[in-house]
Amino acid sequence: MLFDTYDPGDFFDELFTAKNQPRFEAAPLVNRINSLTLAELQRRQQTAQNALFKMGVTFNVYSDEQGTERIFPFDVIPRIVPYSEWEWLEKGLKQRIYALNCFLHDIYNDQKILKDGVIPREDVESAPGFLPPCMGLQPPEGIWCHITGTDLVRDKDGSWYVLEDNLRCPSGVSYVLESRRVMKSTFPHLFASMDIKPVDDYASQLLEALLNLVPSQLADPRVVVLTPGMYNSAYFEHSFLAQQMGAELVEGRDLVVADGYLQMRTTKGLQRVDVIYRRIDDDFIDPLAFRSDSMLGVPGLMEVYQNGRVAIANAPGTGVADDKLIYAYVPRMIRYYLNEEQIIPNVPTYLCEQAQEQAHVLANLDQLVVKATNASGGYGMLVGPHATPDQRQDFAEKIQANPRGYIAQPTLCLSRTPTLIGDTFEGCHVDLRPYILYGKDIYVNPGGLTRVALRKGSLVVNSSQGGGSKDTWVVKPTVS
Amino acid sequence: MLSRVADSIYWMNRYVERAENVARFVDVNLNLLLDSPGVQQWEPLVVTTGDQALFKQRYGEATAENVLRFLTFDKNYPNSILSCLQAARENARSVREIISSEMWEQVNAFYLMVKEAAEAGSLSDLHIFFPEVKLSSHLFAGVMDATMAHNEGWHFGLLGRLLERADKTARILDVKYYILLPSISDVGSSLDDLQWIALLKSASAYEMYRKCQYRITPNGVTEFLILNREFPRSIQFCVLQAEKSLRQITGTPSGTWRMPSDRTIGRLRSELDYVTIDEIVNQGLHEFLDSLQIRLNQVGEAIYKDFFSLQSA
Repeated sequence: MLFDTYDPGDFFDELFTAKNQPRFEAAPLVNRINSLTLAELQRRQQTAQNALFKMGVTFNVYSDEQGTERIFPFDVIPRIVPYSEWEWLEKGLKQRIYALNCFLHDIYNDQKILKDGVIPREDVESAPGFLPPCMGLQPPEGIWCHITGTDLVRDKDGSWYVLEDNLRCPSGVSYVLESRRVMKSTFPHLFASMDIKPVDDYASQLLEALLNLVPSQLADPRVVVLTPGMYNSAYFEHSFLAQQMGAELVEGRDLVVADGYLQMRTTKGLQRVDVIYRRIDDDFIDPLAFRSDSMLGVPGLMEVYQNGRVAIANAPGTGVADDKLIYAYVPRMIRYYLNEEQIIPNVPTYLCEQAQEQAHVLANLDQLVVKATNASGGYGMLVGPHATPDQRQDFAEKIQANPRGYIAQPTLCLSRTPTLIGDTFEGCHVDLRPYILYGKDIYVNPGGLTRVALRKGSLVVNSSQGGGSKDTWVVKPTVS
Repeated sequence: MLSRVADSIYWMNRYVERAENVARFVDVNLNLLLDSPGVQQWEPLVVTTGDQALFKQRYGEATAENVLRFLTFDKNYPNSILSCLQAARENARSVREIISSEMWEQVNAFYLMVKEAAEAGSLSDLHIFFPEVKLSSHLFAGVMDATMAHNEGWHFGLLGRLLERADKTARILDVKYYILLPSISDVGSSLDDLQWIALLKSASAYEMYRKCQYRITPNGVTEFLILNREFPRSIQFCVLQAEKSLRQITGTPSGTWRMPSDRTIGRLRSELDYVTIDEIVNQGLHEFLDSLQIRLNQVGEAIYKDFFSLQSA
């Protein structure tokens, strides 16, 4: 009985309600693992890791000489989300993405929400992700955010919160698809006996969402995935998705604007490109429109885009919604555009630019998490309870110098789930990033990437900060 | 097919082939020395590469150790075995979604093997290392042949491999001929069998040569390595097959041309079709090989211009 020694402790645990008390949906999994020996489980863990490495499911870590590929540590104990909860999450995510899209379309066109004073104009216009060249853009079907990865967490009482939105080029979905493939061979009988929602149609859904952007009269559209190149940390994912969709994987230097169209350089001359799934940031896509030092983009691309002769997913300008200050306004967006209340709540957020809230933040730095509004990947943050007085002082100064640049949130006690570390199960903190596609309809891939903090007690799950991943099973109860 | 992708497949194959050829001629030289102690001829190996100037500047004297280090493990010399494999792997990585995963795995394993050897840094195990390089290169070619669709990309790969091989066979022949025959007046004089055998062996041609002609003569060997239409490392064979691949890509019928690359390679191939070894020797083997290398380079340039160059339209 492998789990005999596992104590969920005083945390919300994803698999157990108490010691030796598996949650209803997790019971078949717990029973199965209990029937294995430790050596057998470790062997399966090793086999799974090897399979991922052999498939080249790696990410790059920049080093002085050249990119080094590393495997994203992977744990074979899946995390389980009950179907009833998932249905609710799915509804909440759709609501959020719909509202965010309304917001993006509005601020780059009529700006009603700013004129009505619901969101302060200067907060939007001062966000580095707000791109004035995108004003007046009318993307196909009015859709701006085609691919979103929204980070969710659960607090100590098990309630879900949205931690942040990633509307530029969220990565990680290739791990979801590849680790599911590995998990099916690791626990084939469990898959046969449990009703686990499949994730495999992601690539088809993505392709459909991209093809949805093509004018219907176009007979033979061409879709490409635009990558910064093989030194990018997510290069594996870019080539994997291109391969799965049968799209061409291109770099900026493969593309050129000619005769008013975006074209790619092939051995048979130039060929028109109709849809770009871009995996490079907004401000790099066109050195004429944005950063002139960008070597990754295509000069003149924005003009072709503005003329409606190529579609870009996600639309340039969506990065404004990744700003953590804008995140704080999502509940208002939902109310304003949909006349609904937010289904999945935000983490309570203090805006340092507001005097009263800043005072509260400065007085309670030892209890709060402070985040730079425009940073990601676990960078630029202060975890108050774990910080030294010097670090807190440092952040206090930063906040006062640039109040717009910081928000603060209460330290959540993230939920945990058993993870095989060495010879034992440790309760490790997790978050969840579901992937949402906006094509004809909004589609949420069931489950998502569960990232797990592998350092004991750590709350930081980012891969760049030593996190790992787990498969996420959305499980429907089976009648037994 | 994207120009960049075609370019990467072409160079991935060129680099693997280049590494193999470096291993070939260093290995044969190593073996030869064991048979003739006291005679140290390392300089010609550097001459074969065409990079003497760089070598002189970095290492000075052409001792066995210097030459071996330069050609096998020198990270800063772009044509060392290590650098070639690194470049081949980088090219493979950039087109992973196009090539088969078996190909990627083979290039990767090949690179790791060379890298480990380089990190161990020992020159004493080279007699195991060089055959391993050769074998890994063959394995790569075999895996590519058996797992990749024989499509446009595959033909670009073949083009790269064959042009590189033709060039290296020409270089090996050129330099060896000069070591063996220091002056033109020596042509036809009695020769050291061992040296000619070594030359054949560096192209894995010894056994095949014996089967088609018993006696080892300078003209026999040069003819075999330049003009044999069936031996896969002879220059004519490489050019013939390269032309076939190119025409698969362009769709231009043999005997005609539409693109400069069709024309340069077709012309070279037909000249090799009709030239005799006596004409080559009378003209001067070195001169012939020199112009051959220039023309192979021109083919490479034409391919670059026709298919890979990224000048904006």
